[in-house]
Amino acid sequence: MPAAAEATAGSRTRGRLRVVVAKPGLDGHDRGAKIIARALRDAGMEVIYTGLHQTPEQIVETVIQEDADAVGLSILSGAHMTLVPRIVELLREQEVDDVLVTVGGTIPAGDIGELEALGVARVFTPGAPVGDIVAFLRERLEA
Amino acid sequence: MTPPPATAPIVPSTYDDWLDAYGASRERDAEFVTLSGEEIRPLYTEADLPADRDASIGLPGDFPFTRGVYPSMYRGRLWTFRQFAGFGTAVETNERFHYLLDHGQTGLSTAFDMPSLMGHDSDHRLSLGEVGREGVAVDTVDDMQDLFAGIDLGEVSVSMTINAPAAIMMAFYVAAAERQGVPAERLAGTIQADILKEYIAQKEWCFPIDHGMRLQGDMVEWVSRAMPRWHPISISGYHIREAGATAAQELAFTLKDGFTYVEEAMERGLDVDSFAPRLSFFFNAQIDFFEEIAKYRAARRIWARELRDTYGAKNPKSWLMRFHTQTAGVSLTAQQPLNNITRTAIEALAGVLGGTQSLHTNSYDEALALPTEEAVRIALRTQQIIAHETGVVNTIDPLGGSYFVEALTDEIERQAYDYFRRIDELGGMVQAVKQNFPQREIADASYELQRRIDRGERIVVGVNQYTEGDDAETPIHRVDPALERKQIDRVRAVRAKRDAKPVERALAHLREAAASGQNLMPILLEAARAHATEGEIVHALQDVWGAYTETPVF
Repeated sequence: MPAAAEATAGSRTRGRLRVVVAKPGLDGHDRGAKIIARALRDAGMEVIYTGLHQTPEQIVETVIQEDADAVGLSILSGAHMTLVPRIVELLREQEVDDVLVTVGGTIPAGDIGELEALGVARVFTPGAPVGDIVAFLRERLEA
Repeated sequence: MTPPPATAPIVPSTYDDWLDAYGASRERDAEFVTLSGEEIRPLYTEADLPADRDASIGLPGDFPFTRGVYPSMYRGRLWTFRQFAGFGTAVETNERFHYLLDHGQTGLSTAFDMPSLMGHDSDHRLSLGEVGREGVAVDTVDDMQDLFAGIDLGEVSVSMTINAPAAIMMAFYVAAAERQGVPAERLAGTIQADILKEYIAQKEWCFPIDHGMRLQGDMVEWVSRAMPRWHPISISGYHIREAGATAAQELAFTLKDGFTYVEEAMERGLDVDSFAPRLSFFFNAQIDFFEEIAKYRAARRIWARELRDTYGAKNPKSWLMRFHTQTAGVSLTAQQPLNNITRTAIEALAGVLGGTQSLHTNSYDEALALPTEEAVRIALRTQQIIAHETGVVNTIDPLGGSYFVEALTDEIERQAYDYFRRIDELGGMVQAVKQNFPQREIADASYELQRRIDRGERIVVGVNQYTEGDDAETPIHRVDPALERKQIDRVRAVRAKRDAKPVERALAHLREAAASGQNLMPILLEAARAHATEGEIVHALQDVWGAYTETPVF
């Protein structure tokens, strides 16, 4: 069940960015996802955290239902080269082309280019400053 | 050599003189706090030692074991070098096990992949992309048998890091050993089976909390009676810390989980002394050196006191907290990854000076991927350097009596008791977990630390300072994606080949027993011997118990 951190679609404040923070796959490493969710919320964004163990289908459904501006995928299980392409593909199938997709987690450098070529806007690896992530979303979504 | 100056500096002769001298000198513009955010004073003195020195510090091998659980510690026997390993199918991991044993490792530690940890078969839709990635895929007793091919299970000690489906894996292991001709009573090792910390931190669950507790309790009860050389629970703070807890939270939540398991077993009519000597612990070794050492020392003291005085254990072995340590995965950085070798060495040294019984050192490339063989070897060599070159093993608890370390030990102990009281007020640990209390405390602590890092108050080398020089490509270990297909074929082959009747019979027995109060272990063994898959067993239990859904807090 996605937990809406703040008011959901009906009472959307105009101009506030809506971000889905999602945990695809089976790994339970949610420290990073929760920190990012909270930091984005503290930065004034509306954050919807999906909770753990989500299928690509569930995540895409949440993105659509929540009318999100961006989705951040947190993966630390090594399954990113299977799960991220699937999510990107499902978004395309649903004709969702205006949602910024970012990825965070243990992503080897060699995979980053490939993910970006698929349409991922940015990959953040462990240690990425939270401020940079907030700034990146603002820059790309508020421009 | 520089000759001494003609006029020697004034040496402060009393504490007050020193305080004046300190006050008059310049302090760097830095935080003097631990990783957990605890203020540290500029100096500790004899006045900071506990008043009842003999009773609270004591001697190694003697109550309350602050200085170590054994009289001889590392002069008698070094800690066990126990590197955690697992990837691909049982065949690949079996090769890595042989490699580690050939390189001087003295015990085996099995990492399972995510589907195995969650109770899904490799061909389940949620297993997509995860099979054999972060550990080895084990679907049936046949996988377990291949995992330990050529390794005498009557001789080696094996640790298995699995929790929600631990009872099922235990049944697979016992059934695999039977096929080697090794009876259960000869098996030595540890299974993690710490279910509470799954809901708190690691988040790999199969069943609602109360049913998860029951399954674990059935396994503990059965193992206590049938497997005298086995440690049925490794009460684990490691994942709690990785999830962002402070040192005091790691200590408090882990111990409270442990007390809860003791209480559950006693409620089942087990004598505390029949199982407590076989409970073991698993802690993190983070980078704040002294804070970690204090944590281990406080842990031993609290456990000994509570087991003796609160739970009435009479056997001194029940009072001993023996623990495994792993260096902190969360302290590793993807930036300038070779720096992680240094971090790991310091963390490992804290574990050793804290008196650990076994140790896993992380590999420097683990913020990027599963480790390469070379990175694993360096990690193991790090332990060997500590053991054989540094001399820290020559005397027992070399930091015992340190004003600072003893004061820190007392302080972290005090904080743990404060948490015990708050948890008791919520109705105990199970209730506290259901109310998200530890989950919320950890999320807050983890966020606070991140803010300190983002504000630059806490420096992480290569991350928020000294960031130049991160351009070298690190070779990484790649799990061949074809292994997922191979494992799916393996489990399907088992299903096709086995006799379906005994599987159906065992699963039916399991549903009946799950609804009644009967101990499930004998039926899990029946299912394991019949080649039932892990997923089939979990689903049979979920038919009766349901699954678990978390309400996340952040």
